[in-house]
Amino acid sequence: MLKMSDPVLKVEGLKTSFFTDDGEVPAVGGIDFEVKEGEILGIVGESGCGKSVTSLSIMGLLPSPPGKIVGGHIYYQGEDISHAKESKMRKLRGNEIAMIFQEPMTSLNPVFTIGEQLEEAIKLHNQRLPKKEIENRSVELLKRVGLPRAKELLKEYPHELSGGMRQRVMIAIAMSCNPKVLIADEPTTALDVTIQAQILDLMIKLNKETNTAIIMITHDLGVVAQMCQRVVVMYAGKIVEEGPVKDIFNHPKHPYTEGLIQSIPDLHGKKERLYTIKGSVPKPGSITKGCLFAPRCEFVMDKCRVNTPELSGGEHKSRCFLHQEQGRKEVRT
Amino acid sequence: MIESLLHVENLKKYYPIKGGKFGRVSETVRAVDGVSFSVREGETLGIVGESGCGKSTTGRMIMRLIEPTEGKIVFQNRNLMNLSKKEMRKARKDIQMIFQDPFASLNPRHTVEHIIEEPMIVHNIGDRKERKARVEELLELVGLSSYHAKRYPHQFSGGQRQRIGIARALAVRPKVIIADEPVSALDVSVQSQVLNLLKDLQEKFNLTYIFIAHDLSVVRHISDRVGVMYLGKLVELSESERLYDDPKHPYTKALLSSVPVPNPNVQTERMILQGDVPSPAHPPAGCSFHDRCPFAMDICSKERPHLKKLEDGRLVSCHLYD
Amino acid sequence: MFYYSVKRILMLIPVLLGMTLIVFAIIHAIPGNPALTILGTKASPEAVRQLNQSLGLDNPWYVQYFSYLKDILTGDLGTSIQTHAPIASEIWPHLAATIELSFVAMIIAIVVGINAGIISAWKQNSVFDYTAMILALIGVSMPVFWLGLLEQWGFSIKLGWLPSIGRDDIRNGVDPITNLYLIDTLLQGRLDQFWMVIRHMILPSIALATIPTAIIARMTRSSMLEVLKSDYIRTAKAKGQRMVWIVYKYALKNAFIPILTVIGLQTGLLLGGAILTETIFGWPGVGLYIYNAIQYRDYPVIQSGILIIAFIFVMVNFIVDLLYGLIDPRIKYK
Repeated sequence: MLKMSDPVLKVEGLKTSFFTDDGEVPAVGGIDFEVKEGEILGIVGESGCGKSVTSLSIMGLLPSPPGKIVGGHIYYQGEDISHAKESKMRKLRGNEIAMIFQEPMTSLNPVFTIGEQLEEAIKLHNQRLPKKEIENRSVELLKRVGLPRAKELLKEYPHELSGGMRQRVMIAIAMSCNPKVLIADEPTTALDVTIQAQILDLMIKLNKETNTAIIMITHDLGVVAQMCQRVVVMYAGKIVEEGPVKDIFNHPKHPYTEGLIQSIPDLHGKKERLYTIKGSVPKPGSITKGCLFAPRCEFVMDKCRVNTPELSGGEHKSRCFLHQEQGRKEVRT
Repeated sequence: MIESLLHVENLKKYYPIKGGKFGRVSETVRAVDGVSFSVREGETLGIVGESGCGKSTTGRMIMRLIEPTEGKIVFQNRNLMNLSKKEMRKARKDIQMIFQDPFASLNPRHTVEHIIEEPMIVHNIGDRKERKARVEELLELVGLSSYHAKRYPHQFSGGQRQRIGIARALAVRPKVIIADEPVSALDVSVQSQVLNLLKDLQEKFNLTYIFIAHDLSVVRHISDRVGVMYLGKLVELSESERLYDDPKHPYTKALLSSVPVPNPNVQTERMILQGDVPSPAHPPAGCSFHDRCPFAMDICSKERPHLKKLEDGRLVSCHLYD
Repeated sequence: MFYYSVKRILMLIPVLLGMTLIVFAIIHAIPGNPALTILGTKASPEAVRQLNQSLGLDNPWYVQYFSYLKDILTGDLGTSIQTHAPIASEIWPHLAATIELSFVAMIIAIVVGINAGIISAWKQNSVFDYTAMILALIGVSMPVFWLGLLEQWGFSIKLGWLPSIGRDDIRNGVDPITNLYLIDTLLQGRLDQFWMVIRHMILPSIALATIPTAIIARMTRSSMLEVLKSDYIRTAKAKGQRMVWIVYKYALKNAFIPILTVIGLQTGLLLGGAILTETIFGWPGVGLYIYNAIQYRDYPVIQSGILIIAFIFVMVNFIVDLLYGLIDPRIKYK
């Protein structure tokens, strides 16, 4: 039995690349992080930072070819699953590690009923459960994710449901076997803000009830701030900062994190000119030397263009020379 | 009273739905159901709302890209609804549009130069040489370089493509720009660049914006006044600071409290709405929000509220303020 | 589903009427006088006039059309000029032969085509994929008569394994009951004859199945490739489902609409357009029947043959339309 503080999932030096006609394109360039039991961890970053590829690597769902894990380890409850056999991964998927996706409109199979898709998930990992029992559990799950008319819903098709309801069904499917880890890849990005609030609320509730750890992958710092205990900030395939949510928002130790926080317009208070990070995200593999953020960084120093900083620090780590050497608490005052 | 540049009155768009048994017109979708507002010169009017609330349809109807079922669109004291197709095409010189998807709204087979030049050709502006010079000027204006002119859209990033879209809209020196979700496809760091650019351009050319978006913080940032739409109707319209700091309509309140605040120190008291937005084909009787409203009263299910002016000048459509 | 079916059935009526009108018009547009054909070119004008009158050919066209329609509805397809037998009873054995052959060919095409397409899509860019798609390309471009002749040369003449002609052995003929020989021999408990009938079917059905197999395989592949990329397939994988199950249950049902369309079209084409195969293999089907009628300028037979083929085509597509509604729950709401 694991202790409360032990990580249920641990990623070590994970490197994932895509092998295209133009050669190897690194999508994830060596990342380390861990998720403790019952914790909500945020992985935040802009498009192309490698956050989705990370989640697919954990699930063993990389489109392969062209995607491939080229280095590092993924430990689930102490066991390395980075190169586990497909049959082993099938037992983990849905049962121990479940996943929900960004597009609730297309993530359910349009030609099967909600019941068929939910019951399938239960049956896959509980072969001997009687039919009646599976149905009861499906109804129970649909109720638990806050769907009305659970019994009738089992016979309906996805197109008869709204986006928010479909995402609830996806969550019901993911939670059907009481997984230890739930990976949520931008689960509310496609939803309207009032529906997003409902779904986030539901996820927090389920996290408290079942103690399932959640990896929340998102580009929305608001979602991270309101939901997560710890956060990993990714940029161009690497982790640039990691730590408790409050520390990161209150005292960011990387100019990129700082820039991201500053670029969001406020809902209240004085309207100021928005802070901008100049330029745009580099193409994967285009920067081979120095800090990946150096070309866009306001505080860039000569060494940043030559040497690659390491991720370092205690609980609150960052990958930036500025902080490591000067020990500055904040980039900007 | 300040003279308004653009004035929309009781704008409606109904779509008949054929279907059901043997293809009769079985129901009508009221995509936009009586929207009125006016925009002053040089200001930004934001329109927010969730998907299906009719905000994009409203934007397109102002340019008559979607033909309104009913209503008046008065621009510079001229009702655009009375114009012939040909006259309307001319009128579009003054009202331009920026679209959400910078990937889809630029023709992939045309060079950037061609894309930006095209509206000038359509409206017969300048000769070839003048137009080329204008394209270069516009590119610099939106933060690109003149050497970008010969490239194709796929060679640009999302943010750069949106800049090209903005340059194209500016090419004919419009007075009004209708921006439909112009930054929602962009990453946060790029979004702020484009928002700043839009602000700068507005100051420089005294542009009037109608800014349609679902992201509340973006709309607040750019807008002087904000209108909130729900199921094809405006439920609240007021100055942006007031609307955000002290929302009046229960829907506005719920909408604002739903936004996850990017600050872990602030734990907002969320007002979580039950259920989904009803179908615009079957809006609830009375106030269309009453079935989800935590403050609903008896009257709300019977009588449809109208947009009323409160003492402080803001407009709210809710029986709570009768 | 009920309204959907009723709507489809109602939509069938104008299509069938239009079809009879077109067949009627085509026959009328053919130059030459039927009376002259019947009586011979040397007939006296008086005899021609009398025959025209008794055949009703002097009536206005719409009167002729309605009497033609009435005849069809009462099951009267007219009389063959060549044999003087009623066409309705004469055509059935031929029709049965064609239906039987096409049915077997379609089963082969569906089973082989769909599986080849699925595996090609699943193992995209594999050796199997390349081989299957090259074979499919050869399949669609190979003329049927050429393939039929090759088969006969190889398997009948050189190897002597299979008969090359007919539905049964001349000295061991099947006693027709339904004229569907596979069923007739089983009803009579003649397993030896059943086997003989199958041996006779192998070569023509393979020749006939080649093009549909290739087309179905290509359509299945492209449709499956699209579906396999979709989000719900990823969801199924994330549940821990087996790939075989995902491909055959999840993906196939989604990919099936375009495949079904192709199957429907090909079935219609087989039923109507098997003339080449039937001629080469001496298969006494509708194709051969019409082919002979054309040689004799037996217009009533040609007319009825075309009508029946068109009717089958329409009905196959009607069934396909109904199946759409069964496969995709979203369709009946449109």
